[in-house]
Order: sequence, then C-alpha cells, then structure tokens
Amino acid sequence: MSNAILSIQNIRREFHMGTEVVRALKGVSFDVFPGEFVTIMGSSGSGKTTLLNTLGCLDKPTDGTYLLDGVNVGSLSRNDLARLRNRKIGFVFQAYNLLPRTSALENVELPLFYNSAITATQRRERAVKALESVKLGDRLDHLPNQLSGGQQQRVAIARALVNEPVMILADEATGNLDTRTSYEIMALLQELNQQQGKTIVFVTHEPDIAAFSSRTVMLRDGKVQKDYKNENVRSAREALAALPVSDDY
Amino acid sequence: MHPLNLIRVALRALQRNKLRAFLTMLGIIIGVAAVIAMVAIGQGSKQSIHEQLSSMGSNMITVQPASNNMGMPGGVRLGASSLQTLTIADVKALQRKSEFLSAVSPVSSTNGQAINGARNWPTQLQGAAPEYFDIRKLTLRDGIIFSDQNVAEAAKVCILGQTVVNNLFDPGVNPIGKIIRFGKIPFTVIGILNVKGVSSFGQDQDDVIIAPYTTVQKRILATIYFQSIYASSTSEATSDTATKEITDILRTSHRLRSDEDDDFSIRTMQELLNTLNSTSQLLTVLLTAIAGISLVIGGIGIMNIMYVSVTERTKEIGLRMSIGARGIDILMQFLIEAIVISVTGGFIGIGLGIVSSILITALLSWPTLISESSIVLSFLVCAVTGVFFGYYPALKASRLDPIEALRYE
Repeated sequence: MSNAILSIQNIRREFHMGTEVVRALKGVSFDVFPGEFVTIMGSSGSGKTTLLNTLGCLDKPTDGTYLLDGVNVGSLSRNDLARLRNRKIGFVFQAYNLLPRTSALENVELPLFYNSAITATQRRERAVKALESVKLGDRLDHLPNQLSGGQQQRVAIARALVNEPVMILADEATGNLDTRTSYEIMALLQELNQQQGKTIVFVTHEPDIAAFSSRTVMLRDGKVQKDYKNENVRSAREALAALPVSDDY
Repeated sequence: MHPLNLIRVALRALQRNKLRAFLTMLGIIIGVAAVIAMVAIGQGSKQSIHEQLSSMGSNMITVQPASNNMGMPGGVRLGASSLQTLTIADVKALQRKSEFLSAVSPVSSTNGQAINGARNWPTQLQGAAPEYFDIRKLTLRDGIIFSDQNVAEAAKVCILGQTVVNNLFDPGVNPIGKIIRFGKIPFTVIGILNVKGVSSFGQDQDDVIIAPYTTVQKRILATIYFQSIYASSTSEATSDTATKEITDILRTSHRLRSDEDDDFSIRTMQELLNTLNSTSQLLTVLLTAIAGISLVIGGIGIMNIMYVSVTERTKEIGLRMSIGARGIDILMQFLIEAIVISVTGGFIGIGLGIVSSILITALLSWPTLISESSIVLSFLVCAVTGVFFGYYPALKASRLDPIEALRYE
C-alpha cells in the first residue's frame, strides 16, 4: 500500500450553490500503483470532473486525505499545489489547450519554464525528446493550426511528459477525435504505459476507451460503484489495424 | 520562475499579437513624443530669449531719471526735474565708488534727421562714452570706436548702424572718413557697427548713430543732464548687489534724505530675463500638462488592452496554472508584458519626439532644445505607467481559479 503513487481515502467535496449544498463526492477511496493505466468512468453528474480536479491538485477536497507520491495534498498552499502540479502531474485535456501561434516545441517547453532547476539547453533537449517520443520529431516548428487534431493531442501528451511526472492525468483526451485518431492516441498511451512504465489516469465516459486500460473505476453519484482489474486489456494497435481502411479521400 | 524566463515568456506573448501590441503602444508613443516635443519647444524659446537678451548684454543695468512713484497724483517732485536728475557727477561717482560695476556710460540721445548729400534718414543719435560699446555688447564691423580724448574734446565723430549706412550711402561706398550731418552738425564717420538685427521687442537695433556724449550734450541738446546711465555689473550674479550699490551711490550723490523716494529708477536685464522666463515657463508647463494628459490616456489604453487580454487569454492562464504556474508567475508575466509595451513605446516615443523637434525647427523655424531631463522624466513616467496600469489586470489574472479558467470559453 505504501508504494502507491496516488492514494485517496474517503474524499468528500461539497459545493455551496447559494443556500443549497451540492455533494459532488461522497467519500471516494482508491489507490493507484506505479505502472497502472486506470480509467475513471462515469456519466455526467457522477462527480468524475470533481474527482479529476482533485487528483490534478487543482482543487482541494472538503474532507478526506489525498496522498500524491507521499505528499499530503490537503495541507498544501496554493503555490505548493502549483509546484506539485508542475513536478508530479502531466495534464492532457480534451481541447488540447495548446497556445495558439506558438510552435509545437515551445508549447512542449512551457511546463519547464516554471521549473527553475532546468536550464535553457536542458529545456530544449527534453522538449525535443518528448516530441520524438510522441513521433512528432519532424514537426518541432509547426504551429498548432498547422497540425491535425491527433497531432495536436500528441503535442499535448509530449507537454505532459516533458516534466517527467509521476502520473499522466488525461481528461477525455480522445473526446474531440474521430475513432481512428482516438485509437492512435490510445495506442500511444498504451505504449507509454507498457514500454516506459508511465502511470496513467484517464477520465472518460466511453466504455470503448476503458477497454484499453488495465483497471477501471466506475463512479456513480459521487461514490465508487465498481473498481475492477481489466483481465484482458485490448490492444489499441490491433484495434487500429482492425478498423476498415479510411476511404474518405 | 527565473526572471529571464519571465521576460522571454512575456516577449513571446507579445510577439503572438504584434499588431495589438503596437496599437497599445501607440498611446504611449504619442504621449512621450508630445511631452518631449513640447518641452523642447518651451526650452527652445526660453533659450532663444536668453540668447537675445545676452546679445544685448545680460549684465546690463540702466538708470533712468524720475522716481518710481512718478505717476502718483500730487507728487511734489513731478516737475521739470523729474527728467533731469542724472548728471556727469553721478557717472563719475558711480565710476569711482562702485565695486560691482565693470563699466559705466552715460547716454544722451535725440531723434533727428541724418543727411548725406541728397539722401536723408530719420534716426536716433545716441551720445555715449566708449564703455557703452562693452555694456551693450556692440562691436564694429569696420573703423574704430571714438576715444576718451574724442569725448573730452566733444569731437564731431560718429559710428553708424547698418540701417543708417544703407539709407545714407550707395551700396559699395565705404562710409569711413565721409562726413554726414545730423541736424546742422557735421560728423565724420569713424566706424560701422556689426549688424545686431531686430530685437525681441521688434526694435531695429541697427538704426542708430553713436557719438561721444559730450558732443550730443553740448553741440545738439545744450543740456547737462542725461536721459539714462548704462552700466554693467561684474557678472550676472552680482546684478542685484550692483543695483543696491547704484541706489546708495546715487542717493548720496543726489543728497536725498532717508524719507525721500529715489529720483531715479533702475532696471536690470535680469529682471527682464526673469519676467520673460516666467512667461515661457508658464508656456512650457501648459504644453507639458497637455502632453502629460495624453501620456495618461496612453496608460489607460494599456490598462484597457491588458484587461481585454486577460479575459481573452483566460484559457491560457488556466493552462499555465495547471502545468505549474503560480499566481506570482502569472502576475509577473502580465505585468512585464505591460511594462515591455510601455517601455518599448517610451523608446519609440523618445525617438519620435526628437525627430519631431528637429522637424519643427527645420520646417517652422521655431527654436527647440531637447532636454535630457524631459527624456529621462517621460521615460520614467512610462515605466511607472506600465507598472501602475498593468498591475490591476495582472492581479486579476493571477487570482483566476485554474479550474474555471480552463473551462472558460
């Protein structure tokens, strides 16, 4: 248990909307271990966005404890949370959130700007390496609007990798992509997970996507409904090969 | 975040929106350029006034007869004596006793017709001592100044101003040695003054004939009194001391009791200079105030655009926060953007201000003087404007909630 990367115990989160109290999370507990690929599933209103914000250290729980890589998140200040996000978490968003009119390389370099231990040379080296690992080594100077949706999301993944985080946190990362591109992204994530041992927490509402992960946590009405290991993980690469050849052109 | 990185991040953000950055700068550019050009015009006119007065002798002090309260009704000393108080005894007393006067010259002048053959010209004849040329900073283009010997003899010699030369002689004729008449008295021309031009009061300084005061007093006016006494203080700084000294000497010389008012009045060039300076100072302040207002408006422009920018880039701020930017990093980024805009605008504005000052002088022939202090000042104002007007939007940005900022559309 002690070697868990992420450990939440009885997390509660309440929002005050005027006089009403909305209880988004009503006591959620689970651990994530290194090398796991966990999908958090749930319909809208199940509390998965709140859970994601909490796991991402963007929000603090009302009650309960959250240990990220041994650090108790609940006791940290706003600045410490920012530092924690910078060093330990790599975010991948549904809408990519790349800076417009900024090259892929600079977008990937961005998190390292907020890490004063990194020199300019290291920053560039690591950004190039991260982009190469998402197979965009030849697109360093492309601007986001010169890249396809899948490529943009790969830049975003490279940005999440560049700070060598303990966990990649993906929020509906395939939500804006077509099936083929989604599978490509999943194949990439699987590769990072299986070959480089990256821990991935992936929030989605598509059961299709959950099949690629090694474990699924189902949320319903702010509680964990089901938490199960996926015995036969589907290979995204095979799924991709099985797709009918695109004849759009 | 490393300061150098902060600046780099801010510069990159501005590069992404060059046109808008430039338009935002425009307010500052115009404001700074206006301040510099306006101050240059003000300083330029001040300097040109000073130069003109210096060319007339900035140490010059003039003593005229009559008391300062001459216009008071019922004043006893308002008679014939009011214009006839200065005599050669006063001049000698001043020359003998004063410590702060470098030169003293009586002046006795009259208007009349100067005649050379068939030509004549109405002009002013000034009778003076040789020191008069030093006091008034008059120099000769040709010939010589009359000597003390000439003064003692009441010699009939004179020195002509260029306007008089032009009107009495054909071009190309050398007037030196020629004889002209003023009224009925013949004068030998012994010198010609350098051209001084029109004074700042619109008076032609070259329309004059200068002769020994004894000649004018004895041969033309038949008087022992002078219209004025011209003197030079030893320096501009001793002008006031010299004025007091003259007052003391003349009061003694005129045997005035302590309860009697002065029967002469003293004007110094410094007084005139101060009056004119305060006028041009007022002009400078007014122009600068107007220019300063445009600088403030430029600053408000920055604030406005920074606000829009913060709102527009909410998502970017959310992203930066989610990947580890602290509030202070965001604050500094936007603050530095504002400062970069205002300081860059300041530099361009300084350039534009200098160029427009030069153009104003070249095209409108207004004197301008670009002062370092106005450049330094407007530049500082720029930087302060950037911080002041950039701070609030930056603070707003730094206080955004990352969750809401990320979800902002």
